[in-house]
Amino acid sequence: MATEFTYPDNAAKTAAARAGLAGQSPAGEFSTEKMSLSMGPSHPSTHGVLRLQMELDGEVLTKADPVVGYLHRGDEKIAENMTYNQFVPYTDRLDYLAPLANNMAYAIAVERLAQIEVPPRCQAIRVITAEMARISSHLMGLGAFGLDVGAWTVLLYTMEEREKLYTLFEELTGARFTTSYTRIGGVTRDVPDGWLGRVNAFCDQFLPILEEILRLLTRNKIFTDRTAGVGVISKADALAYGLTGPNLRGSGVGLDLRKDKPYSGYEHYEFDVPVGTTGDSYDRYLVRGEEMRQSVRIIRQAVAKFPGGPICATEARRIVAPPKEKVLSSMEELIQNFMLVTEGPQVPPGEVYFEAENPKGILGFFIVSKGGGVPYRLKIRSPSFCNLSILPKLCVGCLISDVVAILGSLDFVMGECDR
Amino acid sequence: MSADLVPALKARFPQATDRASVDHPAVNVPLDELVAVLRYLRDEQGFDVLTDLTAIDWAEGASPRFTLVYHLHAPGRPGTYVRVAAPCAGTEREPTAPSVVSLWPAADWHERECFDMFGIRFAGHPDLRRILMWDGYPYHPLRKEFPLAGIETDLPVADIAQETGTRVIAAPMAGGPFVASAGEINLTEAEPRAKDESWADRGARPDQTALRQVKE
Repeated sequence: MATEFTYPDNAAKTAAARAGLAGQSPAGEFSTEKMSLSMGPSHPSTHGVLRLQMELDGEVLTKADPVVGYLHRGDEKIAENMTYNQFVPYTDRLDYLAPLANNMAYAIAVERLAQIEVPPRCQAIRVITAEMARISSHLMGLGAFGLDVGAWTVLLYTMEEREKLYTLFEELTGARFTTSYTRIGGVTRDVPDGWLGRVNAFCDQFLPILEEILRLLTRNKIFTDRTAGVGVISKADALAYGLTGPNLRGSGVGLDLRKDKPYSGYEHYEFDVPVGTTGDSYDRYLVRGEEMRQSVRIIRQAVAKFPGGPICATEARRIVAPPKEKVLSSMEELIQNFMLVTEGPQVPPGEVYFEAENPKGILGFFIVSKGGGVPYRLKIRSPSFCNLSILPKLCVGCLISDVVAILGSLDFVMGECDR
Repeated sequence: MSADLVPALKARFPQATDRASVDHPAVNVPLDELVAVLRYLRDEQGFDVLTDLTAIDWAEGASPRFTLVYHLHAPGRPGTYVRVAAPCAGTEREPTAPSVVSLWPAADWHERECFDMFGIRFAGHPDLRRILMWDGYPYHPLRKEFPLAGIETDLPVADIAQETGTRVIAAPMAGGPFVASAGEINLTEAEPRAKDESWADRGARPDQTALRQVKE
């Protein structure tokens, strides 16, 4: 027999906890001293090395101060000291759950600065890999979110699916995790024989499993009790704090750069942008679930009309490396290759700011060039950094157990936040 | 729509000038008009989102030494961005700028990062602390004079430093970074190869101090 689904009223529960607290303290029976508690940097639900310095009144947070920077590696400084192509592996390590999407965002930023266009086949490969990265990132995000609020099983399912994606990544790029797949003006290698068919086969078997995964959570009473009405972010707050990605769309703002300012040929694909209605943790979960279905839609279209032609902007001879067999047989290509490797892709002076819709939100690169093969200044606008900046406002007044659910629903990754 | 943005802005703020740009509309404004320009863009042009705020260091002795760069996004007009740049005031040691946290709460962490990395003091920021480096770190790492390898400093926690006797040491660079800009250095020297040949099987393992001196 189907049971009626009721939306739990968590705001009332939190208010009751607060009221209970207020009723106890003035009587003088209990000490009303506030307690400070440090959560992280080594805590399973802080997804890496986030640390929250909290001030508690009973179970209710009165102050939350996120301490970030434990994973700071100075990526922006490093970028000023190497050529554009040498920096590609560093972009893997920003959002290390979706390296292919970072590779693409970085490559397009430099290409905009150099004002070169990549051929359609390269664009299609990038779209397919970026959407696969989105699925793998959301799978991890959902699995970890479930784990945070006590649903163990979800993670086992999502990890299995992610593993299948990693096998495909390995076949395409040679690496499961740190793919370093793009180069300025193209990608490192073409798709292997039969790979697109295997991507399609993955999509076919993935959709039913995705439904199964979501069924574990969507109408799960424990899950909804922990997430619905918890960590509500209003539309205005989400915009003012610079939230992006599923966290912004969960609050009902339909901002998706793949639609609003298409890049890499996203304008050729049909897909919908899911938005939430209440902006709570549960909505952010729903948005991620639906985005995976939409990503499958995009991948299928891209595979169906996969264009032929080169995978690099071959005419940009001072930016793109010549084919290897020519380097080994022709003097001119050998020189071209040598100059490219020693001095880097030659990019004209100027400034560029490019943003891409990554799984975690909008990843932006601001690059200042004085000409030559090395950026003068490279700033990474990372979605996790901006998404976390709302925590001091969001957590105040929450119960401490809600903090875990809120962190899980924000789906951040510290490699990108700390850079 | 974005085409008439810059003329409208220049009509309102005559001191604003065009900034060279290959992508988005861009303007230079003097620092004392910065907040007014940003408020105008937010309230009258619909740029509701401060998507990025950062600084550029033009190296020691340059004037201005630091330029602040703001990127605004108008979600109501899909895909419309504007770039606003302003030179910092103050000295090279302590550059200053007005804070825009009152306009966008998003600026809070961005300005803290700018302070941390460049040492720019944002007047009116509610809580200007370091964010990526630890409190009490003595340098601003994204300044051009700061070496890539880092500078040896004390550990942030005094009692651990005393107990262990360790310090935060500069990274062993082993001859790197392996990158050459045209005409800047001798290309032969810049070729990618390990300069520290004592690492070869025949030689003894170098001690830490020797390793650190390689770069100098």
